[in-house]
Amino acid sequence: MKKSVFLGTLSLTALVAGFASAATLDDVKARGTLNCGVSTGVNGFSAPDSNGVWQGFDVAICRAVAAAVLGDPMKVNFITTTGQTRFSALASGEIDMLARNTTWTFSRDTDLKFTFAGVNYYDGQGFMVKKELGVSSAKELDGATVCIQTGTTTELNLADYFKSNNMKYEPVPIETNAEAQQQYLAGACDVYTTDASGLAATRATFADAENHIVLPEIISKEPLGPLVRQGDDQWADIARWTLNALIAAEEYGVTSANIEELAKGTENPEINRLLGTEGELGAMIGLDKDWAKRAIKAGGNYGEIFAATIGEATPIGLARGLNAQWTQGGLMYSPPFR
Amino acid sequence: MAVTFVRKEMLPQQPPPSSQVGPVRWVRENLLSSPLNIFLTLAAIYVIYVIIDHVGPWLMNSVWNAGSLAECRQILAGESGACFAVINDRWRQLLYGFYPSDMYWRPNLAMVLLLVAVAPVLFDKLPRKMIWFSAVYPFIAFWLLWGGSLWLPLAVIAGFAIGYAVFRGLSPMTNGALAVIAGALAALIWWFVAAAAVSDVLQSVIPLGIAAVPSREFGGFMLSIIIGVTGIALSLPLGIMLALGRKSDMPLIKMICVGFIEFIRGVPLITLLFTASLLLNYFLPPGTNFDIILRVIIMVTLFAAAYMAEVIRGGLAALPRGQYEAADALGLDYWKAQRLIIMPQALKISIPGIVNTFIGLFKDTTLVVFIGLLDPIGLSNAIRADSNWNGIYWELFIFIGACFFIFCFGMSRYSMYLERRLKTDHR
Repeated sequence: MKKSVFLGTLSLTALVAGFASAATLDDVKARGTLNCGVSTGVNGFSAPDSNGVWQGFDVAICRAVAAAVLGDPMKVNFITTTGQTRFSALASGEIDMLARNTTWTFSRDTDLKFTFAGVNYYDGQGFMVKKELGVSSAKELDGATVCIQTGTTTELNLADYFKSNNMKYEPVPIETNAEAQQQYLAGACDVYTTDASGLAATRATFADAENHIVLPEIISKEPLGPLVRQGDDQWADIARWTLNALIAAEEYGVTSANIEELAKGTENPEINRLLGTEGELGAMIGLDKDWAKRAIKAGGNYGEIFAATIGEATPIGLARGLNAQWTQGGLMYSPPFR
Repeated sequence: MAVTFVRKEMLPQQPPPSSQVGPVRWVRENLLSSPLNIFLTLAAIYVIYVIIDHVGPWLMNSVWNAGSLAECRQILAGESGACFAVINDRWRQLLYGFYPSDMYWRPNLAMVLLLVAVAPVLFDKLPRKMIWFSAVYPFIAFWLLWGGSLWLPLAVIAGFAIGYAVFRGLSPMTNGALAVIAGALAALIWWFVAAAAVSDVLQSVIPLGIAAVPSREFGGFMLSIIIGVTGIALSLPLGIMLALGRKSDMPLIKMICVGFIEFIRGVPLITLLFTASLLLNYFLPPGTNFDIILRVIIMVTLFAAAYMAEVIRGGLAALPRGQYEAADALGLDYWKAQRLIIMPQALKISIPGIVNTFIGLFKDTTLVVFIGLLDPIGLSNAIRADSNWNGIYWELFIFIGACFFIFCFGMSRYSMYLERRLKTDHR
């Protein structure tokens, strides 16, 4: 607050002040902290722990970028955004980047004028049913009652899927995930449908998780990723290549445990370029040569982050699936560091 | 000869029949007086029994110490029971949001001082001099909560002093209204042009201050209370001015007030909040940092003020015309008439409506969850997003509900006390 109050009021009276659209990188460096937009709470992706420190898969991306740019993964202001406020917060410059399980779509990329830095999680809409129903495939759901969040793309996907498979369903409209869990458990609907990661997180909270199964069918593409404003290509590059560095690090076996060792120089020139012992990649995006090393050290490589926040060892217990490295049959594929 | 009997002494008083005294009579009169009443009593007993039967064991089995919902379930071993361990684990967050834990004394002190500051406003038996503390309190609270340089609030107070000095200096020379306007102008110029710079200079010469806490670390009930109390304190005077403006004879003022009231009442609060959080961002030049909590407070205050204006207009309309005429007949000018005759009566009539608006405003603060501020409801969502506590609902909502109830019930009881005290009719 403080002076900003007066400045703000002043600028209210004089709306004509010029557009000072300096490079985001310079703004962030001058401020000394990264303003990162996250959700107000999605299990495993972003949530404050009991000490008020934000944790999660999306949060880790923010921390990696902060580490790359500012040298300290804790120098992040987490700004909570809702589904409605997230895009305007980014467009107006209130936040420098948005890491809030946001689906990369055509219109968001073009019409809303954002640049997606890549995909950090490939999600898709799935179904959860009670085991006692004896259903093993979504194709057997003809005539089922389905709990569905209104006004979301999942609602449209569901209608499309049932129509194309010539099946009928009875929607039970609900407002929030919390309400959905209660309705589903109370037996108001046979099926609960939302993103598969959300289903897994929801199922993990049930007292009798073993009595519920997530069906194998995924009926939509939901590539989730961090995004920045269009028009500042350098900043977009930093976000994109920080994410790529995390993915590449996993591919090359660079972990937070062995990174110091590898940073002394290895036989593999790609690792050397990534960690800054060879070449000047950092300078090309306006950072020093250790940028990727710091980003990886912040929370580990992509695989380590995944395992620590949403992986199979956590209560959420998501398998890598599509999010495995391309060498493991997944879609995680970083362009070369050259 | 007839034997006459004349009783010489009084019979000792008999106790009334057992059906006419104590609990038995109360039960007969209130619960079993008619067949319908008997039926309703039985139905009510059944409902109470069902509720206790369901909620009782759940509450009795409460678990207060556990690290996660899973642990709670382990401790309960299949029995139904509440997991209040989540409150134990997160109550600090629910009360203070992300406020740095080593500085909790600051909001605590601000809260205690708030009670001291409102006391002379609420109870007239206290020494009148305490009202000076109430006047300074907003600046103390601001400084305690947000921290930073002490010179900034002092510079703002200086603005009032400058304005008053200009008013006093000019009032012998010109008429009153002109002096008021000149004083207000002087204060505004000071605030917008000089205050920030002067406080910076003073801060660099004599550093006085405590660690600053940014607004985004505010949350929980602290946020609700800040928005609620500020909104309540500002909306009443603003509402009175609007109500008077609406009844004014001056067409321009009347039109502005009517337009403002009808516009604000015509849009939902959530729209105003979205305007504060989204639209203003586009209008303001990039890089300006117009504090989000301040924006919300302004919007909530304007919203409540519009409703308040209509409540008070109701009170004004209820006054007999004779009161206005009596004030005129005494030769009082407009402001004196309002201050001494009209407002004391109109406000007294409006008390239930005013408190109603206050309570509504306080509960409406939970709407800020929709613009991404973490009020108690928002935090309950964030807490659920932690894997440890995902799936926990009732415990959090019961806690939040209980806290809100304390405040709202307190306000309602105070309003009843005030109505009793101000009762002047002889019914």
